[in-house]
Parts: sequence; structure tokens; C-alpha cells
Amino acid sequence: MERLLRLALILAAFGAAGIGALLLLSAPDRVGPEAFAGLEGDAARGEAVFNIGGCASCHAAPGAEGEARRVLAGGLELVTPFGTFVAPNISPGPQGIGGWSLAAFDDAMRRGVSPEGEHYYPAFPWTSYARMTREDVADLFAFLATLPASEAPNAPHRLAFPFTMRRGIGLWKLLYLSPAPVVEVAGAALERGRYLVEGPGHCGECHTPRDEFGGPILARWLAGGPNPEGKGRIPNLTPDATGLSWSEADIAEYLSSGFTPDYDVAGGAMADVVKNTALVTAEDRAAIAAYLKAIPPHPTEAPAGGGGS
Amino acid sequence: MIARALSLALIASLAAGAAAAQDVDRAVKARKSLMTLNSHYLGPLGAMAKGELAYDAEKAGKAAAALAELATFDQSAMWPQGSDQEALGATATRALPKIWATFPAIMEKSAALKSATANLASAAGGGLDSLKAALGPVGAACGGCHEEFRAPN
Repeated sequence: MERLLRLALILAAFGAAGIGALLLLSAPDRVGPEAFAGLEGDAARGEAVFNIGGCASCHAAPGAEGEARRVLAGGLELVTPFGTFVAPNISPGPQGIGGWSLAAFDDAMRRGVSPEGEHYYPAFPWTSYARMTREDVADLFAFLATLPASEAPNAPHRLAFPFTMRRGIGLWKLLYLSPAPVVEVAGAALERGRYLVEGPGHCGECHTPRDEFGGPILARWLAGGPNPEGKGRIPNLTPDATGLSWSEADIAEYLSSGFTPDYDVAGGAMADVVKNTALVTAEDRAAIAAYLKAIPPHPTEAPAGGGGS
Repeated sequence: MIARALSLALIASLAAGAAAAQDVDRAVKARKSLMTLNSHYLGPLGAMAKGELAYDAEKAGKAAAALAELATFDQSAMWPQGSDQEALGATATRALPKIWATFPAIMEKSAALKSATANLASAAGGGLDSLKAALGPVGAACGGCHEEFRAPN
């Protein structure tokens, strides 16, 4: 509600100040190369960022297994209420991010801005990546440069008007883009867990419900809801009685082998996420589990219309 | 006379239909039972990996050997045509019709499960770290099918 009010205020301000303010407020925000002067990324550390970031899940060719998950040719289609987004080639070749500067990569990752100065759609989870450290971004950039280049051309997104107007994303960013952490926690392990979940792990992109503008509802952080990609529901990860009842050891094991406490396995999109979390260190998986037990509980919302599972 | 022959034929065909439905039902039950057995033997292995149960080389070895054997069970009659979710409904099975459309892919995944469980069977008795390392690939092999061929809950 407060957010709606803010949007209304912003729109009212436009009415008064006119189109100039609109253009100013929606302008893509970028950093200059000086922001990264003296910072050299470490590719070995970047591999760990790549794994927790789950880059391969969207940017490897659909169905790629094993080593092929390191060829970031793009092509995966994300079907959403706004239209179909196609993951781009981000391999270090001319079709991908070959020739990008670290500052340009950081603009993309943490501010959702392309080297051409356009907004990226939030299908690319920069709303989460905005919470990453500049060191992790630099390490990831160094690692991506070591991967094989792919010549695969980029396919355009297939969106309906008005979502075809990228400039509007600038206003969306005023509402939803913030590097601030979502949840208050104390202690090194919980802070590490928070960083992984809220930042590079971008768990909230699926597990936090979205409002009518497609922005995350932070008051229901990780509380799950309808699957924006289609059938089924996204599980509630909060430690409510109606949420995730697993122990920390259960959560850590699930992120390692994919086994649930009753020895079923991860299915659907989460099976692919586990391929990434399986490569993360045991300490980081434990930190994620500890964080999920420390976040505010939210009850699971009943499906709208009383429909089935 | 003709009416009698026709009705006999009708009864016979209905009976055949019923028998087929019963076969499908039994096949679904059989494959679900196999999954139950898998989870039964995974139980102690997972509990040891999670630190909820003290590591016991003999117990781990036995459970892993059972899993490896289960992976070799002949499942060819457990997956008859028409035993998918579209034919039987979401409450009866989560098996997607895609299974029958991409059969060779399933056989590859089944081979991956055999090799991962065989590896677990030889590793499980060799210490907790060895068990932990071999358990992940088994989960991945299970997920290999469930990700693609099972409807979400």
C-alpha cells in the first residue's frame, strides 16, 4: 500500500513537472570505469560466485549437462505474465560479453543497465544481484572470461505493449531496486546466509510473491505463492507452521543431494537449482539453512479461488 | 441370436477393458512401491550424511547395496501406455506423458542411476566422507528423471 502511494506520488509529480522529470527519473544509472580502478577479479573465487549465482540455469543452452553448462549460449525461455523472455548469450565472445569492461558488467549485474545504456528487464535478477559485493562481481567477471565463447545469436524477447518500453523499467527501479538487505540478522554465519540467499543466490526471485507491477512483496519475503511461470505453487521457505518445517540439516542436505527429508528429490525448476547448490561449499549450504530458520515467519497463503494443489 | 452374440462380445470387450485398467493400476502401484523401497534404503544413508545417525560402515554398506540392486530391477512392465497423469488424473500419478514420447532418454537416465548407486554401494562402507561424496550423484540421478518427467506437486 505504501508502495502504491509512492507510485501515485511519483506520477503526480510527473503531472506537475512534466515529461522532463519522467525522463530524468527513468534514466539508467551507471558507474564509470574509475569505480573499479585497482580492483582485479580472481577467476577461481569467481567460480564459486558463478555456482551460487546459478548463471548456468538460465544462460547455458536448455538441457545442457555437465561441461556444456559452462557454455553460456543462452536460449532458455522464461514464460511470464508480461511475455516471454529469452536468456541472452553471456559467453565471452562477440555475441556475449566479450569486450565488456568490468564497469559495464557491474552496471548490468547491480543496476540492470546494458552497455548501450538501456534498462534490462528484471527477468534478469539484478534486483537480487544489486546486493552483491563489488569484489564478487569482479571475481565473477574474471571467471566468465575463462569460459568457452559461443557463436549462438541472441533471440529477441516476445513481450506485449506497454512492457516493450524499456524506459518504464527506470520507474520500476525507483520502487524495487535497492542494495539494502531485506532481513535483519546478527552473526557472521547468518550474515553470510543472508548474503547468499538475498544476493547472488536470488532465491527471492521465485520464492517471494510479486505485486501487480511484478515487484517483490518484501513484507512476505520468501513466503512463496503461485508460480509466475505457470502451474503449481512456489513453496513457502519461512519458518512458519505452514511454511518450511525442515531442520537446518535437512535444508543443507537438500541443497547438496536434492533429497527431501522423506527421500523424495527436488523436482521442476528446483532440481536445476540443486545442480548449482551442490557445487557450493558445505559451510555456505549450512549458512543458507541457518538464515532460512532465522527469517520472519509468514503463513502460506491459500490459493486464490480455492483451486487444487 | 444376433443380439445374444453381440451382447456376449460387448461383455467380453468390457471385461478386457477392465482387465487392462486393473493392469495399469497394478503397474502404477508397483512403481510407487519401488520408490518407497528406494526411500527406505536412502533413509539411514541420508541420516548419516546429515549427522542425525552415527556412521556405521556395515549398515551403510547394506543399505547402499540394496539401493544398487533396486536400480537393476526390471521396470519394463511398470510403465504401460496410458499410465500417465493425463490418462489417470493428477491424484493417481504424477508421471508425465512425455515419458513415453522420449523413451530412449529415460533409458539413459536409468543407466545413470545404476552407475551412481553402484558407486555408492562401493563407497558407503568406506567412511562418512566417502558416503557423503557418493550420495550427491545418486540424488542427481534421481532428479535427472524427476525434474523432467514428473509433474510438480
